[in-house]
Amino acid sequence: MPTLNINGKDTAVDADESTPILWALRDTLGMTGTKFGCGQALCGACTVHLNGAPVRSCITPISAAAGQKITTIEAIAADDKVGKAVHAAWVKHDVAQCGYCQSGQIMSATALLKGKKKPTDADIDAAMAGNVCRCGTYVRIRAAIHDAAKTLA
Amino acid sequence: MHFEPHALQGQAQHFMPKNLQAIVDKAQGAITSGAIDASDGVARRTFLKVSAASGFALGAFPLVSAAQGAAAAAPAGLKPHEQPSAFVRIDADGTVTVTINRLDFGQGVQTGLPMILAEELDADWSKVRSVHGDANPAYADPAFGMHLTGGSNSIKHSYTQYRELGARTRAMLVGAAAAQWGVDASALRTSNGFVVGPGGKKLGYGALAEAAMKQPVPEKVTLKDPKQFRLIGKPTGRLDAKAKSSGQQDYGIDVRLPGMLTAVVARPPVFGGKVKSLDDSAAKAIKGVKAVLRVPTDRGGEGIAIVADGYWPAKQGRDALKVKWDTSAVTKPDTTALLAQYRELAAKPGNVAMQADMAPLAGAPHKISAEFVFPYLAHAPMEPLNCTVKLDRDKAELWMGTQMPGLDAMAAAKTLGLQPQNVKVNTQMAGGGFGRRAIPTSDYVVEACGIAKAARTAGITAPVRTLWSREDDIKGGYYRPMHVHRAEIGFDAKGKILAWDHTIVGQSITKGSPFEAFMIKNGIDATAIEGMKEPYDVPMKLSVHHPDVNVPVLWWRSVGSTHTAYAMETLIDEVARTTKQDPVAYRLALMGDKHPRHKAALQLAVAQSGYGKKKLAAGRAWGVAVHESFESVVAYVVEASVKDGTPKLHSITAGVHCNLVVNPKSVEAQVQGAALMGLGTCLPGAAITLKDGVVEQSNFGDYAVPRITDMPQVTVHIVPSADPPKGMGEPGLPPLAPAFANAIAQITGKTPRELPLKLA
Repeated sequence: MPTLNINGKDTAVDADESTPILWALRDTLGMTGTKFGCGQALCGACTVHLNGAPVRSCITPISAAAGQKITTIEAIAADDKVGKAVHAAWVKHDVAQCGYCQSGQIMSATALLKGKKKPTDADIDAAMAGNVCRCGTYVRIRAAIHDAAKTLA
Repeated sequence: MHFEPHALQGQAQHFMPKNLQAIVDKAQGAITSGAIDASDGVARRTFLKVSAASGFALGAFPLVSAAQGAAAAAPAGLKPHEQPSAFVRIDADGTVTVTINRLDFGQGVQTGLPMILAEELDADWSKVRSVHGDANPAYADPAFGMHLTGGSNSIKHSYTQYRELGARTRAMLVGAAAAQWGVDASALRTSNGFVVGPGGKKLGYGALAEAAMKQPVPEKVTLKDPKQFRLIGKPTGRLDAKAKSSGQQDYGIDVRLPGMLTAVVARPPVFGGKVKSLDDSAAKAIKGVKAVLRVPTDRGGEGIAIVADGYWPAKQGRDALKVKWDTSAVTKPDTTALLAQYRELAAKPGNVAMQADMAPLAGAPHKISAEFVFPYLAHAPMEPLNCTVKLDRDKAELWMGTQMPGLDAMAAAKTLGLQPQNVKVNTQMAGGGFGRRAIPTSDYVVEACGIAKAARTAGITAPVRTLWSREDDIKGGYYRPMHVHRAEIGFDAKGKILAWDHTIVGQSITKGSPFEAFMIKNGIDATAIEGMKEPYDVPMKLSVHHPDVNVPVLWWRSVGSTHTAYAMETLIDEVARTTKQDPVAYRLALMGDKHPRHKAALQLAVAQSGYGKKKLAAGRAWGVAVHESFESVVAYVVEASVKDGTPKLHSITAGVHCNLVVNPKSVEAQVQGAALMGLGTCLPGAAITLKDGVVEQSNFGDYAVPRITDMPQVTVHIVPSADPPKGMGEPGLPPLAPAFANAIAQITGKTPRELPLKLA
């Protein structure tokens, strides 16, 4: 049985090694904060961090995560300094509408702010272009990322 | 979706719910007292009994038995949707939980409806929560008499309802405090979750809740003077903001039941096709696959459901199937051929929706001859369609995001061969919808029930969640119908329109559905022509063709106005341009004195954008459009440019008239999002096409949706008003594409006539 390090805990996962991280999280472990949107890395709803870098968990098999650290929305919004600032900015700016894509948006935004302390609008657009929001919350996503950057400065 | 009285030409609104009721009853074989209506006294008691039996939080305050007592004391004149017991729960700690009678799928009624109730209740907003109601009769739309989230109607139809519910609850709390203090209720007031008595003594709502339940439910209540409002009209953050910003919000897809299995379906490549032959040996060999079942699919088709212990094995199972399909009995539409057919039809006489004298057309000094093409569009909500069914021998329970839980419950009962009262629907928060979760055929619910039934027959008793992939969603039909518009307009040098001959060709959305009987009149589907002509007093003849095509179609956010607004607003603009008039001044003149809300919205957008005053950056042009849909008006003034044949939208200024605003934050978000969705219809790749009956697109790679890189600056301005509120879920969408196109036409001299935008 493969073992994954998820949010700092080694966790045995009763799933085939070819199973994408997304389905190991959602169906095997019951961690449903990470969302299924397209299954082809085209929408970003399933974004998690692998050793701190954003990856699309819907196409990343658990075999590719062996020995590495997976971080999901459940931990990033609760335990991570940058993630907490992003979460707070998301709430303050009332970013979410249906909210379904926002786990992925927050994971991408957090990764951006870990790499770039003061992103420009162009940086934000480049980092967030892979995350689709059908409600069209992009104006507030930009504002919230700038705001989180300010809080962290 | 749109069930507006004005679209029905002469049918008074108060006739509609009953008409709709009768039609739905007939079509679905409903048991009126159980599933839809319970407005008479007998049904009201039934409602209470059913509620208690199903373990439903009877609201009301902490104790179920006492709540029944309280409700029993309610005046017989109160209908289920007027009973506080079904909508308000106050815990001992003062937490107020408001049940919402609509689906929240991003539009914000989950916060807006509680705001309305809390206003009259004088609740402490920091202690207010909300939950979704189910298919209980109490949660029907009070104007339609059925469970329906659509037509931007939630706030419009439930504003007074929720105010009265709040006021009734407040009166009961005040009555309880008066009894406890031995004073007259008139000596008491309420403030922020407390009843305040003589000398400033206070009792919290939580402490009073139990006693309040024993108070009579007042039939008549006095509502606040809007000048006293402290919540309504105040920009208010969503109640679910924290949950949705931390992965804690559950949606239909997140429902987890003990032992639950997941089904993925191989559907026929052409709508209504069947299985010719199947080799499922490889699929069955995949670890985790429990069963491979032949199941009914939509439109009389047949598919194969793979039931497994998770989505991944189910999908692998589907990929391993060897299926040959039989599509010999169904037609195979091809959008290229359809376009040619629609163009031919557009030149022929159709059913006449509006009549006017077209004689002046021939001799008109100026003429515009235009043909517009609008493609099929998929809704593509972020949360893929899903429905979880727990089927027992004689009852079933369903979990899904749905805009019409009552209709879905009846369709489920029919599919499962159960009595409607034995089917319980648990409405779940939905990750978007845009119309796709309001299906007259209940397609994804019926299919999931068919799978649950087949699974049970195969010996599987576990609950089954049917889950669609994105490919299933994009290819699965129920699109905004493809349309061709043709217009011949004659006008004079001053822009006076002498005759306007307009033809619309496209499938009817409501034909064959329970809505047909009152939405189609003289062969014309009201949803196809909404948004035509108004607010311009022009002599228009409007003809309509509704060809039958083997493609399932559906309302798509703002419905008919997705195409009518584009045709109307680009043509009006072209007349202004041809006669060298300012497009804003020309519109205002054409509106005359009859459309003050249109004028106010347009003038606000013009003033806030700097239109006509501000100097634009090099290469940019202004574009303007204004449109009413669902009784709200939105005007856009945009700045756009064209570089190397590619248009770009830089900024959007919105002027909105939706009467009284409950939550300005919600309106702003709806306009931003609807504008972007409107912009999305302009962008390359925003089209569903079919070849030999097969949908050619499959995912976000070839069916393009707008991304953050497409998002212009948007500022939203609202015209102040104290009139009864209208909805804002949809009206922000229609005027965006024509405003953008009009800016492009200012630059290129040519109006694009096709969406997604094609700059010839």
